[in-house]
Amino acid sequence: MTGERLEEIHLFGKSVTMGKLLRKIFLVDLFTGLKVTFRSQNPKYIYTEQYPAERPKVGERYRGAPRLNINPDNGETLCIACNLCALACPESLIVVGSERNEQTKRKELTTFTYDTSRCMFCGLCEDACPVDALELTQDFELATYTREGQIWDRQTLEEGPKPTPYKC
Amino acid sequence: MPESTFLDSTELVLNMGPQHPSTHGVLRVILKLDGEKVLGTDCVIGYLHRGVEKIAENRTWAQFNPYTDRMDYVAAISNGLGYCLAVEKLLNVEIPARAQAVRVVLTELNRLASHLLWLGTHALDIGAITPVFYCLREREEALKIFENYCGARLTTHAFRIGGLQYETYDGFEREVRAFCKMFLPKLDEYEDLLTNNRIWIGRLQNVGVLSADECKEYGVTGPMLRAAGVKWDLRKAQPYSGYEKYDFEIPTRQNGDTYDRYIVRMQEMRQATRIIEQAVESLPEGPIIRGIGLLRGERRRPAALPGPGAPALFRELAGIGPHGERRADSGRGGGDRNTGYCARRG
Repeated sequence: MTGERLEEIHLFGKSVTMGKLLRKIFLVDLFTGLKVTFRSQNPKYIYTEQYPAERPKVGERYRGAPRLNINPDNGETLCIACNLCALACPESLIVVGSERNEQTKRKELTTFTYDTSRCMFCGLCEDACPVDALELTQDFELATYTREGQIWDRQTLEEGPKPTPYKC
Repeated sequence: MPESTFLDSTELVLNMGPQHPSTHGVLRVILKLDGEKVLGTDCVIGYLHRGVEKIAENRTWAQFNPYTDRMDYVAAISNGLGYCLAVEKLLNVEIPARAQAVRVVLTELNRLASHLLWLGTHALDIGAITPVFYCLREREEALKIFENYCGARLTTHAFRIGGLQYETYDGFEREVRAFCKMFLPKLDEYEDLLTNNRIWIGRLQNVGVLSADECKEYGVTGPMLRAAGVKWDLRKAQPYSGYEKYDFEIPTRQNGDTYDRYIVRMQEMRQATRIIEQAVESLPEGPIIRGIGLLRGERRRPAALPGPGAPALFRELAGIGPHGERRADSGRGGGDRNTGYCARRG
């Protein structure tokens, strides 16, 4: 008989070595696996965001809710009604309304309609704007109770959408 | 198919999809089963037809670019690159060196992000739950780079015809290097978990074998072709975007089964990391876009007004008639709105 044969024991009709049996009894393989798991248990590896309580900090270049910028000095719109954003939009969801001011002989913005429900936030309108009037902001919470609420007019675009309490 | 019910026979015909949770409504597979053993399959395709070609017919070249992101939403950057390269080839323009290098970095990062989603969900479908958490954790880091670079995580619209729209942000190179450094040990960790795992091998080896000839017959390319032993990679065969400058290998395997495809993709991730490291080390300075202007034959035309399909309120606010014509009383001004009850922060 060799030394190896001595270590072998018979258990439920199978012969196993002592080492293997001890590994099984003390669940060595389980703990080897759990070691990998517990390496990731450090709280600094938590990636889950507790969303409504904890809002993510989106990137600086994030393309979210559109905004029509106003000149902070005189409160007038920066938009020159050139219609380039409407031309650039792949979904043609921007409609710019303008009229000619007879005194200054300039085109002035009257209405601006932006349908966020069909918008894919590609940023082409923002890129097309020559005066940085139209901008996609970091605001990403665009849910509304109705489809119509997704269609923004000039006032909504300038002031940002105002939350309305839900009425049944 | 034999006519039998599962009560008196061991053969069972089962529909998997198009609503099966793991096929996302993209494919219907009619399975012929004997217990757990699949005896035969019949695939019904066409559930993901979205008519992008038709959309493209009605858009300008630049306008169609964001739609390419939506063809494969985990590989938006790669799709965008393909489209931009095609248009640039048509125009016969060479884009600036810096734009090319940044494109390579982002595309390879996208390859990693896409492969990580594949690896995680693949292991999840096999029954190993751990890898998906680890893979998505690393994927998050890549997506953060995308978000900081171009403002979106999935449908990025990162490239434009002629180069790039966005210059890299401060710390781009540092973050990409940190990602590569972090990522290689993680890859070893995935391989520790899976590569020599008996269940993993048992469920992947000799499954779904596609030989090199079959691949060529069906026009299958990419990792599937390479797993069947064909050393074919477009980045080596017909280099684009400056891939000829980078030193990397084409991983291949012989058997063409699922296990070999797994190994090839894992090797590909290592090669992609190598490419990113090389590209980010030597980011050239210079312009990022080459102005192209209006394309030949493409005229500036008035913006299409929304037709009858547009929502009624949109037409009303925009002052557009039911057939898309502009009405004289051009829309309602600001003020009277608030039609939708807005749920925002309320």
